[in-house]
Amino acid sequence: MNETTGGIEDDEGSGIVKKFMFVNRKAPYGTIYALEGLEVVLISAAFDQDVSMAFLDDGVYQLVKGQHTKALAVKNFSPTYRALEGYDIEKLYVERESLEMRGLNADDLLVPVEVLSSAAMGDLMKTQDVVIGF
Amino acid sequence: MALEVNGKTYETDEEGYLLNLSEWDEDIAKVLAEGEKVDMTENHWEVVNFLREYYNDYQIAPAVRVLTKAIGKKLGAEKGNSKYLYELFPYGPAKQACKIAGLPKPTGCI
Amino acid sequence: MLHIVNKSPFENTTLASCLRVVCKGGGGALLLIEDGVYAATKNSVAGNAVHDVMGDIQVYALWPDVEARGIQDRVLEGVKMVDYGGFVDLVVEHSNVQSWL
Repeated sequence: MNETTGGIEDDEGSGIVKKFMFVNRKAPYGTIYALEGLEVVLISAAFDQDVSMAFLDDGVYQLVKGQHTKALAVKNFSPTYRALEGYDIEKLYVERESLEMRGLNADDLLVPVEVLSSAAMGDLMKTQDVVIGF
Repeated sequence: MALEVNGKTYETDEEGYLLNLSEWDEDIAKVLAEGEKVDMTENHWEVVNFLREYYNDYQIAPAVRVLTKAIGKKLGAEKGNSKYLYELFPYGPAKQACKIAGLPKPTGCI
Repeated sequence: MLHIVNKSPFENTTLASCLRVVCKGGGGALLLIEDGVYAATKNSVAGNAVHDVMGDIQVYALWPDVEARGIQDRVLEGVKMVDYGGFVDLVVEHSNVQSWL
């Protein structure tokens, strides 16, 4: 979709700050979406935009503590979510219903997050300039 | 590509970054530094070791801006600025120091 | 805000998640494309869920996808059909778009 690239390129150097929300809805290792999404978010930090991440559905599994991938021989990228703060990406939102459906709560997650109801999440999405899903 | 150190061969990518992070040791770092024409001093080692710790904690090599800020936090403002880091690693602290530290190229390094 | 769903509601929870977030938020539009159009069929579980939210949001379906799947005679009343040009118009009309992958 054109909003993904258009937003970034148009703003480079112009000083305009847009609100970007990256919506993560996939579990971490079954597909490449979560890792690719995380890399895009890290790169987006270089553009000085207002970046947030939302975790819904299986996306909440990305943040679960205690991931050990050694036996799978794939990279455990869960510690990287703790680096986001250093990249000035501090707005991490998690949908409460997604957590509850999976028997999880905020204490099971490896980074501090803001837990929002579905309605509050929907309201927040509406206020974004660009919403990109992974 | 490959790197020869003390008679042993280590695999690198096409830009000379060590492929297997766990193979890294100080001798390899010295050879990588020579390739970058960097004369390793105590200050260089401090940054290289910082990067390895950062990678160990977060599983990524930091972008320059992030590295600068994190170094400032840990080692003080006189070291947490790009002037200091570029003096140590003239071709880019993230790129050169990461290579010497045996890390992959930083995420967000475009 | 325009939400686009392209997965069948019978093999994937994307539509349910979208409706949960969208409707309680109120307003906006939902565009069903590809296998997502099966959610626009009446007398189906997914169709009923879509029917329930039609007071809050306008629901659209992409006609070429509807027709290709042979469901054109079973579409819920109130679902508006759009062609590719209409798809573009919807994207332009709304302040932002979310494609629910």
